[in-house]
Amino acid sequence: MNHEIVIGLEIHAELRTASKVFCSCANEFGVEPNRRTCPVCLGMPGTLPVMNKKAVSYAIKAGLAMNCTISSFSKMDRKNYFYPDMCKAYQISQFDLPFCRDGYVEIEIDGQKKRIGIERIHLEEDAGKLNHDPFAQGTLVDYNRCGVPLIEIVSRPDMRSPEEAKLFMEAVKEILEFTGVSDCKMQEGSLRADVNLSLRPYGQKEFGTRTEMKNLNSLRAVLRAGYAEAARQEAQILAGKNIPQETRRWDDNKGESFSMRSKEEAMDYRYFPEPDLVPVVINDAWLEAVRKELPELPQARRVRYQETLGIPAYDATLLTSTIQIADLFESAADICGNAKAASNWIMGEILRRMKEQEEESLEPGISGPQLGTIIVLVEKGEITQTSGKKLLDTVIGTEVDPNVLVDRLNLRIQRDEGAITAVIAQVLEKNPQAILDYQAGKGKAVGFLMGQAMGMLKGKGDPGQVKAALEEKLKAL
Amino acid sequence: MELHQMPVYVLAEKLKKKELGARELTQAYLNRMQTFQPEVNAFITVTEEKALAKAEALQKMLDNDQGGSLAGVPMAFKDNMCTEGVRTTCASHMLENFIPPYNATVVERFQSAGTISLGKLNMDEFAMGSSNENSFFGPVRNPWNGEKVSGGSSGGSAAAVSAGLAPFTLGSDTGGSIRLPAAFCGVVGMKPTYGAVSRFGLVAFASSLDQIGPLTSNVKDCALVLDTLMGYDPKDSTSANVVHEACFPAVTQGVQGMKIGLAIEYFGAGLNEEIKASVYGAVKALENAGAISGECSVPATEYGISAYYLLSSAEASANLARYDGIRYGHRSEAATDMQELYRFTRGEGFGREVKNRILLGTHALSSGYHDALYVKALKVRRMIHDDFAKAFETYDILVSPVSPTTAYKIGEKTADPLQMYLGDVYTVAVNLAGLPALVVPCGVDAQGMPIGVQLIGKPFSEKKLLQAGYAIEAALGQLVSPMASQLLKQAEGSARI
Repeated sequence: MNHEIVIGLEIHAELRTASKVFCSCANEFGVEPNRRTCPVCLGMPGTLPVMNKKAVSYAIKAGLAMNCTISSFSKMDRKNYFYPDMCKAYQISQFDLPFCRDGYVEIEIDGQKKRIGIERIHLEEDAGKLNHDPFAQGTLVDYNRCGVPLIEIVSRPDMRSPEEAKLFMEAVKEILEFTGVSDCKMQEGSLRADVNLSLRPYGQKEFGTRTEMKNLNSLRAVLRAGYAEAARQEAQILAGKNIPQETRRWDDNKGESFSMRSKEEAMDYRYFPEPDLVPVVINDAWLEAVRKELPELPQARRVRYQETLGIPAYDATLLTSTIQIADLFESAADICGNAKAASNWIMGEILRRMKEQEEESLEPGISGPQLGTIIVLVEKGEITQTSGKKLLDTVIGTEVDPNVLVDRLNLRIQRDEGAITAVIAQVLEKNPQAILDYQAGKGKAVGFLMGQAMGMLKGKGDPGQVKAALEEKLKAL
Repeated sequence: MELHQMPVYVLAEKLKKKELGARELTQAYLNRMQTFQPEVNAFITVTEEKALAKAEALQKMLDNDQGGSLAGVPMAFKDNMCTEGVRTTCASHMLENFIPPYNATVVERFQSAGTISLGKLNMDEFAMGSSNENSFFGPVRNPWNGEKVSGGSSGGSAAAVSAGLAPFTLGSDTGGSIRLPAAFCGVVGMKPTYGAVSRFGLVAFASSLDQIGPLTSNVKDCALVLDTLMGYDPKDSTSANVVHEACFPAVTQGVQGMKIGLAIEYFGAGLNEEIKASVYGAVKALENAGAISGECSVPATEYGISAYYLLSSAEASANLARYDGIRYGHRSEAATDMQELYRFTRGEGFGREVKNRILLGTHALSSGYHDALYVKALKVRRMIHDDFAKAFETYDILVSPVSPTTAYKIGEKTADPLQMYLGDVYTVAVNLAGLPALVVPCGVDAQGMPIGVQLIGKPFSEKKLLQAGYAIEAALGQLVSPMASQLLKQAEGSARI
C-alpha cells in the first residue's frame, strides 16, 4: 500500500434483554416467523411504545465498560424511512442525545497498546427480516426481530488497518459478552458492523473520501472487506480517479463489494424527537446501580492472571474467552489454591467437554467449588488423575459434592498391599506370554501388565505403588 | 322528559334504581338512529346487535345490583379509537375494513364502567379537518341545520349528542377537534390536559397534541364522564401518573372569587360580533356568580396556527407512514413492484387533505428546511407555553371564543384550505401548551346557530373549568337542537316515562 488506511466502525449489537425494547414480546432467536410479535412491535394503529428500562441499563453498562461519559438527559428520536421490514416506517433511535459518548476501547497490536476512540453509543430498535423465498413469487417478511433492542457503537476513525478493525471488533465483542449486554452471536446477526474506510497519503492530516461497507457479520468479513476495499480505493487513486462517497454492500462469497447508493442518493431520515416516549433522565442512583453490576473486564483479568497467578499469556487468553470460564477458573483456583492446576483442568478437560456437546452452550456445567474439590482430591493423591476425570464426568450437570461421590463411586486410591499383591498374582497367572516377553527383555510387557493390573483395580491403584510391586514380583519369578 | 333528553347522571341513577331498563334505553337510541342517522350521518358504524346483547348482559348485572358507575348507559366512540372486533376506520378508505384485535384504553375504561357502545362516530379523515367534510363516509350534517357543517374533526361525536343519538360520546382533540364541533353543534366538550387521558389505542394524528375528551349535553355529564376517562395508563408513556380528584361532586361549588382573564389576542379583528357579544355575556354570567375578570395577553398566540400546522403535520407525516398496504388496510391491486405498492396504496387510500398534511409535514422535517420550519415551530410552542404560564400567574381561567364564526355551509370553505385552517385560530394554542379547555354553549346567532365559549385552565385544573362552565350553563341555560326536540312517532317506538 502506498497510502495510509483510515477505518472507523459502526457496530450494532442486539441486547440480551428478556423482552423487546418497547413491548413485552420475548426477545428470542429462531422462532417460527411472526410468532414473537404483538400489536405494539407490529406498529399497529393506535399502539404506543413503552421503554424497557433494562435495555437502557444495558446501554449504560456497555458505555461504562467502554469508558464513556453517560448523559444524564437523553431522548429517543424517529428515523423515518420506508421499507417493508420496518412496521411503523420509522425506527425509534437516538439522534443528538445518545446515552453514551466519548469513550475508548484498548487493543493490542504488535505488542503495543492502542486506544480506539468511541464517539457514541445509542439505543435503537431492530427491524424485521425479508426472506426472499425462491419457491414463492415475492418476498416474505418476518417481524420477530422487529423491536429487539440494539445498541450502535460508533468508533472514531482511529484504526489504521483492517487488522486493527478486527482487533477492535473482538475487543468490543468480548466486553459486550463479559458484561452480559449481548450474546454477540454473529452467525445469528446479533453483532454486525459497518466499516467506514478511506485512504490518504502517509503524512497527510486530512482524511480522504470514505466509503461505508454495510452489515458485515463476521470478524473474517471485516478483515477481508477491509483489505478488498483498501485495494479497490488504491487502484482507483493510482488510476487517477476520485473516490466517490458511497454506501457499498460486501458479497462475502464473491469476495468483492458493490455500490448500493451514492451520497446524492443518501436518504433524508427526517429525524425528530419521538413524541410517544418521554426523555430519559439517568440519575446518579441508576448509574451507580449499573456500575455495581459491572464485572471485571477480560483485559484486566488477563493481566491479573499473568502477573499474580503466574498463568502464561496464551492460557490467560483462553481462560478469558467467556465470563463463565473466567469465573469458573477464578473460583476453582481459589478453592484448590493451585491456579496452574485449575487452568490445566479447564483447558484440558472442561473446554474439550464443552466443545463436544451437541448443543452449543456457554455454561461449563460445573461450579468452581465442584471443580476445585476434584483438583484437591487429585493433588492430594486421594484419587488418581483417571478417577478425577471420571468424577468430573459424573459431576458435570449436577450440583453434587465430589467429596460425597468419591466414596459412593468407590474411587479412593487402593493402598492395601494385600489387595494389590493379589491382583498382581492374578494378572501374572492370566498372562504367561507377557512374562516370557518380559524375560526376553521386551520392556513393553511391563506396561501391558501394569495396564491389566490398574484395570482390575478399576483405576484406583496408586500407579507408583502398583508398578513397584509388579516389578518386584517379575524380578522374583 | 324523553329518554334521549335525560342527562347521563340521571340515566345512570334510574338504571341503578331499576326505574329504567338498559335494553329499553338502548333500543330507544337505536330507534332514534333509524330516523335521524341518515339525516346527520353522525355514525360510520352502528353496532346494533352488539349493543343489544351488551344491554341484556348489563341488565342482569343491574338486577343483581352490580355493574360499574355508568352501567347500562349507551354511548359511542369516535372512529379513531380502536375497538376490538369492531372496524375502526378513521373515516379513511385506507382503514375502511380495519378491525383491530385490541381495545383502546379508554374503550376498556368505559367497558369496565358498564357503558354500552352504540357504534363508531364519523370524523374528518385521520382527524384532519375542522368541518367534518374530509370523511370518506361523507360529511356530518349539523343537527341545528342540515345544510351546515358540524365542525370537526369530532363532528360525529358532537352531532350525535346534539341530535339525541347518544347520551354522551368521546372525541379527540389535536387542535380544536372536540371544541370546534361542540361549539358548532351547541354541546359541551372538554379537551383535557395533555397526559390526563391515555392515548393507547387512539389512532395517532399528532402524538404530542392528541387528547381524548368527552362531548355531552350538559356540564355535569361532562364531569361525570371525565371522572371515568382520566387516569394513568402504563401503556402510554406520556400519560400522567397523578391522582385525579373526582370532578362530578365538585361541579356545583361555584366561582366565588375566581379570577377570569380575557386575553386581548382572542378578541381582535376577524371575530364575528355576535360571537364576541355572546362570549362577553358568558363572562358577565361568571361575574354575576362572583368571579372577577380582567384583561391579559398571550402574545405568541399570533404564531399559533403556523406552528400548529407545521408540528402536527410533521408528526402526522411519520404517524401515517405505516399505512403502506403490507400488513393491514387498503392495498393497491395495481402495483407491480414495491415502490408502486407504496405509491399506489397511499395514493388510493388517503384523501386529499391527508395528503396535503403529509406533504407539508414531510417538507417541514426535510433536511435544509428542518431548522427554519420544524425547529422554529418548536420555539413558538415553547413561547406559547410560557405566555400562558405567565397569564396563569394572575388568572385561574382564561375565557375566549372557540371559533371566529358559527357553523358555515357545507362546501363553503372546502376550496380554500388556508381559510379553513384559520378557523382554528382560538383553539390550537391550547394543544400546543398542553392545557385543558372546556367549551360550553353560550347563545345562538341571528341564523339560529349555536355559539360556544372556551374556558382555558392550568394543567390539571379540569375541576375548576367545570365549575366555571356550570356557572355559565346555570345562568344561560342548555341548548337543545331542533333535532333533539323532535320526537319519534309513537309507532316508531319512542319511549316516554
